[in-house]
Amino acid sequence: MPVEVLMPALSPTMETGKLAKWMVKEGDSIAAGDVIAEIETDKATMEVETVDDGVVGRILIDAGAEDVPVGTPIALVLSEGESADDLAAECAKPAPAPPAKPAEEAGDKADKKDKAPKAAARTPAPAAMSAVKDPDIPSGTEMTDMTVREALRDAMAEEMRRDGDVFVMGEEVAEYQGAYKVTQGLLEEFGARRVIDTPITEHGFTGLGVGAAFAGLKPIVEFMTFNFAMQAIDQIINSAAKTHYMSGGLVNCPIVFRGANGAAARVAAQHSQNFASWYAHVPGLKVVAPYSAADAKGLLKAAIRDPNPVIFLESEILYGHSFDVPRLDDYVVPIGKAKILREGTDVTLAGYSYAVVYMLEAAELLAEQGISAEVIDLRSLRPLDVETIVASVKKTNRLVAVEESWPVCGIGAELAALMMEHAFDHLDAPVMRVTGRDVPMPYAANLEKLALPSAADVVEAAKAVCYR
Amino acid sequence: MAASKPAGKSSAVKTSKRSKKSAPVMTPEEELSAYREMLMIRRFEEKAGQLYGMGLIGGFCHLYIGQEAVVIGMQMALEEGDQLVTSYRDHGHMLAAGMDPKEIMAELAGKQGGSSRGKGGSMHMFSPEKGFYGGHGIVGAQVPLGAGLAFANQYRGNDRVSVTYFGEGAANQGQVYETFNMAALWNLPVIFVIENNRYAMGTSVTRAAAGAEELFNRGSAYGIQGEQVNGMNVREVREAGARAAALCRAGKGPYILEMRTYRYRGHSMSDPAKYRTREEVQKMRSESDPIDQAREWLLGSGYATEDSLKQIDKEIRGIVNEAAEFAQIDREPDSSELYTDIYVEETAHAG
Ligand SMILES: Cc1ncc(C[n+]2csc(CCOP(=O)(O)OP(=O)(O)O)c2C)c(N)n1
Repeated sequence: MPVEVLMPALSPTMETGKLAKWMVKEGDSIAAGDVIAEIETDKATMEVETVDDGVVGRILIDAGAEDVPVGTPIALVLSEGESADDLAAECAKPAPAPPAKPAEEAGDKADKKDKAPKAAARTPAPAAMSAVKDPDIPSGTEMTDMTVREALRDAMAEEMRRDGDVFVMGEEVAEYQGAYKVTQGLLEEFGARRVIDTPITEHGFTGLGVGAAFAGLKPIVEFMTFNFAMQAIDQIINSAAKTHYMSGGLVNCPIVFRGANGAAARVAAQHSQNFASWYAHVPGLKVVAPYSAADAKGLLKAAIRDPNPVIFLESEILYGHSFDVPRLDDYVVPIGKAKILREGTDVTLAGYSYAVVYMLEAAELLAEQGISAEVIDLRSLRPLDVETIVASVKKTNRLVAVEESWPVCGIGAELAALMMEHAFDHLDAPVMRVTGRDVPMPYAANLEKLALPSAADVVEAAKAVCYR
Repeated sequence: MAASKPAGKSSAVKTSKRSKKSAPVMTPEEELSAYREMLMIRRFEEKAGQLYGMGLIGGFCHLYIGQEAVVIGMQMALEEGDQLVTSYRDHGHMLAAGMDPKEIMAELAGKQGGSSRGKGGSMHMFSPEKGFYGGHGIVGAQVPLGAGLAFANQYRGNDRVSVTYFGEGAANQGQVYETFNMAALWNLPVIFVIENNRYAMGTSVTRAAAGAEELFNRGSAYGIQGEQVNGMNVREVREAGARAAALCRAGKGPYILEMRTYRYRGHSMSDPAKYRTREEVQKMRSESDPIDQAREWLLGSGYATEDSLKQIDKEIRGIVNEAAEFAQIDREPDSSELYTDIYVEETAHAG
């Protein structure tokens, strides 16, 4: 049977085109790859190559024909052993069927919308988080006073002892013992094979870490600060976050990107930025930003064990703060669960990382003024523990979102939207945001102070939503 | 144009210290198998182009026609467990790695039977089982990823090698040099294969690259040895690949192979190809085609006959047609697939 050559689509959007010119005539022999015609689209003139070997039996559309729809037969090619006689039968047949449609299309298209998960349009994809609960700390457990810095180091050391596939890489992590001394002692214990000083080459070593994770290792990539991770953000988002999905689940990327994030002190705009909402925006990533040393330890251990890429945002200012950390062999805090640090009934304050300092201070000040504030440390920004926040707002009917980040498209903006969706009927006042000011971080001490939020700002916002 | 004699014959090897032996290293069986596999890529790609024309494949679709000898020659130089990673021009690499043509074609068509279950498309397919790590759409991004695969091999102390393919256009990306530096610093077992097909979309290598004649030298500042290879000749590719792999396995990696090759088709499907003449393409096709070269050798040496080659062609067309049919009748992914594979399900989580 002669083979039909169809009018091809030469771009993703082409529907019709002009058959500008035939490069062959009836009776010519052609082989796969030969140019047989030229077609003009709105954008360009392009060549059509044959994929069939044989003889041009008949040209069905003359050169110069305009607006030929994609899929129209334009010529018939005779295969080996066929003759012009075979054409008669072919031409007598009714118009050729369009290309085989996938089985599903006919019936399924109409109800496709109904089939899609109902909440799809509004709600982010749920991250896998089954029964997340803080580990029970048995009563009588001894507590150790420990800085966030030490807690992070212990978490890495414990996980490296537990799993030989875990290693740390980054600038100054080994011999220098960490730019902020977070990796102190790791080189001595684990050696240069597993504690690796990299050149100053964020884009490159991030990609290299992601490749190692594809191959099944569990890298901890330290960014000296997240400001420098902007050089590597393509690898973090396009390679680490998306590959599991793009591979249909065949490739995993068990990697942790960790380092100082957010406002440091007196280092001006390029070294003082909060990237939380940048990463929390991205499906495929998990994002955590702990406040206390216990959470820093437990969450980092969870992040290292997590089979997904986790962004672990630390606060440089908190590195030296001390907290009680339970003395347990294996203290792991599941990702995805907020923590109520202080119970209250009048207003909910929700924030993360260093903002928790402002919230706790504000709660004290508010208590003095007779306002009972509930303080929620979000801890995990993706997935966000919407349940805990909503439950609190149902009780207090008011929410103030606190962060050091810029306001536009921040985590606070996300919380406000979520309350509209999940707690609208329970709100007695609009959700308010307390954030860093919408300016690059200034250097001068007084201006820097003005650019950052404060406990006083939180008090003011809390009073406003309480109409006091 | 400086790059007008890219693939005619193997060019001088400037930084390699090997003594150049030209004796063919392939047995007749290997020659026949190379022919078969190159032809498979050619026919597969022609079919993909046709399905694109029918609207069954959407978006971008970058064909590998003309470059077949590169990946087939390299693959013949590798061993079980070695890995490869490349750009969006990946169909040939997947076929060479041993992935099923059906799952590749179905993925091109966005169907549930595709290797990524329809969620990756032409540019994003993977098969860790076959050592194939994608399929990457960001020009140059696969280069550090490939070094990361090599890092994992070195970390585990096995003697696997990772082959990292990228175009001569990608060779101008900064992350390539960040990677060269680390790969050389740590002696990673990675072969960087620059597929120099002379054009990055519409930009010829001479308009984009300083030192365009010597891309194999791009690692010299890091002490990485490299050589230029006639990428239109599968034997020469295989020989160079074997040499590079042996060095990497001996702990003397990394290594750069600049493959002088040529793509016959447009950059992707909607490329009017005004940046080169039809004569230039025709000349490469008629004088340097990798499949024709293999064919001539097989016929000339009596290891194949016109008939036996015709038989191979027929078999391959059968396989390709079957793949195309499967891609057409297979269903689109279920709408529930929208929300799967975003995260790996948590495994046993202590605490
Ligand atoms: C970072 C980035 N920039 C631009 C593009 C768009 N783009 C896709 S392919 C391409 C040309 C690349 O040419 P080359 O590396 O020589 O590979 P070839 O296509 O010839 O195989 C460009 C500019 C991209 N995908 N990624």
